[in-house]
Amino acid sequence: MSTKVLVTGLGVISSIGKNVQDTLKSIRELKSGVGQIDLLITRHRGDLPVGEIKQTDEELKETAGVSSLKALTRPTVLGMLAAREAVEDAGLIGDTEGTGFISANTVGGMGHTEQYCLDYINKEKEGDFLEYLGTHNCGDSTERIADYLNIKDYVTTINTACSSSANAIMLGARLIKNGIVKRVVAGGTDSLTRFTLNGFNTLMILAKEQCRPFDENRMGLNLGEGAGFIVLEAEEAANERGARVYSELKGYANTCDAYHQTASSPEGYGAASAMKKAIEHAGLKVEDIDYVNLHGTATQMNDLSEGNAIQNVFGDKVPDVSSTKGFTGHTLGAAGGIEAVFSNLSISENILFPNLNFTDQMNELNFSPLKVIKENAEVINVLSNSFGFGGNNTALLFSKV
Amino acid sequence: MEELINKLKAEIIEVLNLEDISPGDIDAESPLFGEGGLGLDSIDALELIVLLEKNYEIKIENPQDGKTIFFSIKSMAEYITEHQAA
Amino acid sequence: MNNRLYISGHCRIKDNRVELNGEPVFTQKDSNFSEFIKALYRDQQFQYSKFFKMDNLSKLGFAASEILLRSIHINVKGSEVGVVLANANSSLDTDVRYQESIKDKTNYFPSPSVFVYTLPNIVIGEICIKHKFTGENALLISETFEADQLFDHTMSLFKDGKVGSCLIGWVDYYLDDYDAALFFITRDNDKKTNFESEKIKSIYQNWS
Repeated sequence: MSTKVLVTGLGVISSIGKNVQDTLKSIRELKSGVGQIDLLITRHRGDLPVGEIKQTDEELKETAGVSSLKALTRPTVLGMLAAREAVEDAGLIGDTEGTGFISANTVGGMGHTEQYCLDYINKEKEGDFLEYLGTHNCGDSTERIADYLNIKDYVTTINTACSSSANAIMLGARLIKNGIVKRVVAGGTDSLTRFTLNGFNTLMILAKEQCRPFDENRMGLNLGEGAGFIVLEAEEAANERGARVYSELKGYANTCDAYHQTASSPEGYGAASAMKKAIEHAGLKVEDIDYVNLHGTATQMNDLSEGNAIQNVFGDKVPDVSSTKGFTGHTLGAAGGIEAVFSNLSISENILFPNLNFTDQMNELNFSPLKVIKENAEVINVLSNSFGFGGNNTALLFSKV
Repeated sequence: MEELINKLKAEIIEVLNLEDISPGDIDAESPLFGEGGLGLDSIDALELIVLLEKNYEIKIENPQDGKTIFFSIKSMAEYITEHQAA
Repeated sequence: MNNRLYISGHCRIKDNRVELNGEPVFTQKDSNFSEFIKALYRDQQFQYSKFFKMDNLSKLGFAASEILLRSIHINVKGSEVGVVLANANSSLDTDVRYQESIKDKTNYFPSPSVFVYTLPNIVIGEICIKHKFTGENALLISETFEADQLFDHTMSLFKDGKVGSCLIGWVDYYLDDYDAALFFITRDNDKKTNFESEKIKSIYQNWS
């Protein structure tokens, strides 16, 4: 009955690259973007490593060609760059009729709110900073990016914490399947802020070194920033214009862990059920999965929970799995979008990504993530996991066409 | 020690929003976490770390240490006494 | 198979008043939200001590879901129950509280238990934890109650086979200004209220 949903464009920016080509190059060179803080103003400089994009807001605006626009936040400009790349890649610049835009982010314009909050409440003060007052909400960046790309048909924002942009992609697929639009640009964007850095620090889950996902001696996560978007397109629309196809988004599922506000259940019930339901939704079997791009944040709880979930789903036949958080850090609302781009690159480039900084297998698990990069791999079906606070678990399944 | 234990009970009730519990309901030696005790969770543990820092100027760097320090009100009181004396 | 969907029940909390299926359940005039919600908790005997640790948005959503779900017999597995909520102010109320806890540099003790609520979907997590709902969930943000959006999203979950029942609605809280309107959507037609966008819109607007 409903149409197939194809992926026809990719766009990404993160601490390992300003576009898809750059990103692939860094991955092939095993170059992590996680390091010292240079731009974010915080007491944690030199103390907590992060995946920071080394261009200032002004430099990013110039690249995006929007220097003259007012009140643009960092996540907005990052989103513009990645979403534009995806639309360009799909060959759709200027052709955005019947297109939707679903963007995810977790803290909106918090960066500028931190900078100006004292000025905002000071009635004596006036100035250009007041333009940023309206940028705090998460929807602001979505609207600005949609305007930038001239997308008008369906525009909305999703925030379900760290699973946000995976859910944006899922919603995009549904809009297409239900015939509401024929194309959707979906993904997410987030920038580093003091709010998130201090917040995660109070949860005592930030590593003081580069993160080591799925390692027995993992010490927590690194935060990162970036944006990742993919173009989803109804099969008929893609065929009609002879679009290049990266993959089919064959399955997706979102589940709730129903365990704790932030911690995932040790058994990974919700994570396992998201993966199983996505595979089932795609009409595939567990043994059809060639690679799982893990959520793999490198916190004690996530990796234990996700590891048990992987074993629960795949038994003793665990496929190649890895977390790419060692490259980018955890980009929160952008993570699902960035990792959807990675998953598609895995299929189109026949490449499996290494799990950086891994040395020792976790005691509780019977498998290890991929230690080295695998080229010329035959990759047909890829699962991409994204899990968020609130017990919100999403798995996306991309398949070679 | 008795005085400190009673003070801690009141502080814990306040910072953890234990609305239906009074200091008299808390046994100083029974476990704070998990079934049977006050049923606290990992976020409560972090809040207790903040409490120690804020009210007693004791800093706990590794959250894993919380498991033994926050086993019961008594173990907390002992830890505070030890570290304040030092 | 019957593909029709029905509204099994709805609950509204606004202006210090609670209504279940349009019938008054509880009122307490002249009190702020924190007094009101505590009085509601006692009156309705929620007996869920974690309630007091929640932020205001979660307390509001939890209370509304509690009153609604008590009145409903759910006959599908928890793994088939989804939750789709929407609001205008996200978690802004708690964001502000958290900001207050970090603004004083000389008295700098950020609270982890406040931070965990600086995300709007935590309210969904709290409801799911209580009722062991593990189906799909989403929190949509829009300026006002958009019946069409909630309806379309919920319909697509049913059509996609993702849920067998779904708790949906509006849960918004900012600085003592609050509004919760929840609906439980099922395939059971014992109540015979068809699930339609116009129907939830009229139930929502019918508040005086």
